[in-house]
Amino acid sequence: MAEKRIGQQTIILSNPPRIISHHCTVGPMEGRGPLAKYFDDILDDDLLGQTTPEKAELAILEQTINKTLNKKSLFVQDIQFYIAGDLLNQIISANFSARSIDTSFLGIYSACSTFTQGVGLGAILIDGGYADKVLSATSSHYQTAERQFRYPIELNVKRKPTNQHTVTGAGAVVLASDGDGPKITSVTFGKVIDLGIKDVNDMGSAMAPAAIDTLTQHLKDTGRTVGDYDLILTGDLSRQGKKMFTILAKDAGLSLGEKHQDAGVMIYSPQQPVGAGGSGCACSAVVTIGYVFKEMVQGKYSRVLIIATGALTNALTFQQGESIPGIAHAIVIEV
Amino acid sequence: MQYLIAFLVGGTICALAQLVLDHTKLALPHVLVGLTVLGAILSGFGIYEPFVKFAGAGALIPVCGFGNAIATGMLQEVKRLGWEGLFTGAFEITGLGVTAAVVFGSVIALVSKPKD
Amino acid sequence: MDPQQKAKQEAYQKLVKEHSPKPNAWKHVMWAFLIGGAICVLGQLMLDIFTKLERTETEAAAATLAAMIFLGAVATGLGFYDDLAEIGGAGTAVPITGFANTVVAAAMEFRREGIILGMGSKMFVIAGPVLVFGILSGFIVTLIRALLTGLF
Repeated sequence: MAEKRIGQQTIILSNPPRIISHHCTVGPMEGRGPLAKYFDDILDDDLLGQTTPEKAELAILEQTINKTLNKKSLFVQDIQFYIAGDLLNQIISANFSARSIDTSFLGIYSACSTFTQGVGLGAILIDGGYADKVLSATSSHYQTAERQFRYPIELNVKRKPTNQHTVTGAGAVVLASDGDGPKITSVTFGKVIDLGIKDVNDMGSAMAPAAIDTLTQHLKDTGRTVGDYDLILTGDLSRQGKKMFTILAKDAGLSLGEKHQDAGVMIYSPQQPVGAGGSGCACSAVVTIGYVFKEMVQGKYSRVLIIATGALTNALTFQQGESIPGIAHAIVIEV
Repeated sequence: MQYLIAFLVGGTICALAQLVLDHTKLALPHVLVGLTVLGAILSGFGIYEPFVKFAGAGALIPVCGFGNAIATGMLQEVKRLGWEGLFTGAFEITGLGVTAAVVFGSVIALVSKPKD
Repeated sequence: MDPQQKAKQEAYQKLVKEHSPKPNAWKHVMWAFLIGGAICVLGQLMLDIFTKLERTETEAAAATLAAMIFLGAVATGLGFYDDLAEIGGAGTAVPITGFANTVVAAAMEFRREGIILGMGSKMFVIAGPVLVFGILSGFIVTLIRALLTGLF
């Protein structure tokens, strides 16, 4: 078997790449949530003065990337790959953002699992000796997601309790073969899992099986237990998905308890009008970059497992009665 | 008194619609279309007119009233013109409303922008 | 799909259904009743005003519908009709003000793609079915009635 793999799906990074710079930006709704103090930038205007929300999402992404590079005086000419994705058709925010980043661009899509997919890919490129530095970023925006997947913003549609609120924000990291920062020690790329859930109002339940599959596979491959991690953070299952995840975990013989948190549940307070919680590519990104990294610096966590989750649907297929497969990519980050 | 009846009848129609939305797989567009069609059918049977006399706005304002308005307009025009009325009548009464929606909608769209 | 996979799917779907939050149905129904009723009361007020001003009942009804549509449009433009819908559900969607909201909300939203290709083509994206099926059912029903009562 290929020498850097163990078990079925996990890659061990023998020269763990370091996250040498990172930055996260969020919108006003997230800025009113319980994690507000952890975010690097909180915007007053979720449109950033732009004329369309698509332009705004791009501006937020670009701004976040610039800050990530500038704060550690990093230059694009030293970065061999830019990896990015988002929720919009043809990952247009990512594509457009790459216009101003003068290096090889790898656009990716795994819905809200894009963050860990991007960091995972960047990590293996570096560990494999294919790059010294990789920039990975992702973004999402409430209005652009609503326009593409759901309804006009002012439409009189009552939200269901399982609906989620797309996080407006962006997160970016620079990975390097050496330097200071948390290290990525292993990656488990997920399989697509489809258990026939068709309800687009309950994506949490659609994604939970993929999250469990990746988690159990990762633990099996590495021979570890839940106890080996200080935190297992799922991306955006939100309250309903978290409930299903916990049930499936119990069925699989895992007792998670407080070790398991979900970014979609954490990012908003129960009083905010956000249905079951947060979703969107930025959700897992900003909570990891904002909250998890800062708490790692404070010494609260030393080894964390981040499992971002994505619901693989598009605006048409659910109308055609198709189901919603899920996917979850996991990365292990250690101090 | 008419106000109370309007309140009760209109409220009941909305409450029934909410029950359907909560307990079936049907979504809002299905329910609205269903009510509109129901209004048109009841109008054809001659039931909606006395219903309007009884409930006033309680019968006119819910979207079934819109279906009734379409069918009533068609019938009026048929009585006036014969079979062509089937085609000219749809917007006889609703024309004011649809035009209003387009005009106000366009003006407001040009003037304001959606917020979170 | 193999039977094992199918069984797995069915088991999970059953599990999801079991654990789906039951919407507080009575609360929803009550608010739909109250807000829907209140909008109809407002409509009744309009109807009374227009009955005094217009010549026929039909014209008064038409004017009332137009006035309510105007109010729905303004409420949508000001951004609070969708907030009202969070509470009122069907109570805000079923009255004709809801129809206005769908048109105005779509117009506002898609205006960004241009006034012809965006706003113009998508203005009726949500209200369209109401018009289409209202006209289709009205046509059939009126046709039958006209034939049965010998109006042709």
